[in-house]
Amino acid sequence: MHSFGYRANALLTFAVTILAFICAIASFSDNFSNQTPSAQIQILNINWFQKQPHGNDEVSLTLNITADLQSLFTWNTKQVFAFVAAEYKTSQNSLNQVSLWDAIIGEKEHAKFWIQISNKYRFIDQGHNLRGKDFNLTLHWHVMPKTGKMFADKIVMSGYRLPDAYR
Amino acid sequence: MDWQGQKVVEQVMQILLVICGVVAVVVGYATESFRMMMMIYAGGVVLATLVTVPDWPFYNHHPLKWLDPSEADKHPKPQVAAVASKKKSLKK
Repeated sequence: MHSFGYRANALLTFAVTILAFICAIASFSDNFSNQTPSAQIQILNINWFQKQPHGNDEVSLTLNITADLQSLFTWNTKQVFAFVAAEYKTSQNSLNQVSLWDAIIGEKEHAKFWIQISNKYRFIDQGHNLRGKDFNLTLHWHVMPKTGKMFADKIVMSGYRLPDAYR
Repeated sequence: MDWQGQKVVEQVMQILLVICGVVAVVVGYATESFRMMMMIYAGGVVLATLVTVPDWPFYNHHPLKWLDPSEADKHPKPQVAAVASKKKSLKK
């Protein structure tokens, strides 16, 4: 502590160490937040259901997505990434997950939304197993923090079924 | 800065920064504002810098008591020859 430079260095190093602790505490406080998200997805229409030239099935859907993800936002949240995936089982794979739609929610105000949209990403199967297939639509979300640990969770909605024949 | 001042400066710096950190987290959590936490902490770091880094006069209230130059004349340095013979014996 005998010179200006020595003291400035010591102070800066200690300040950055304390900053790291502060950020760790902020991240840890996320564990205590009460999260009650809700969502509903409705399939309004099956636009078309074809077999591609390569032999894979493809479906185009119009979805109506309603969700309230406002309770996921804490003081330490930068953004929430949400996506809808169709999940089903085939003889080839025990779990198929096909992402149909996603969004980045930057503010808490935008986290309560209603959207009617055809699938943003194509729903193509590995094969031709989709006729008459029962599938779940799952809304996944990743809560991305300003500092620290990212949390991810989902809501599974089941009971959807594709038609038995191509249209 | 004298020795006493240096000790005080180190303690003040550490305590001030820890307190600023704690206050920043508490206020930030209470106001649900990450920005508030960072602003308070940055303010605290600037405050700590202003208090501890410059050489303020109150850190020099216990200056070292150097001996009077006349004392040195009363206790002359040892003879140089004795030192030279010591070096020779070490080389062997």
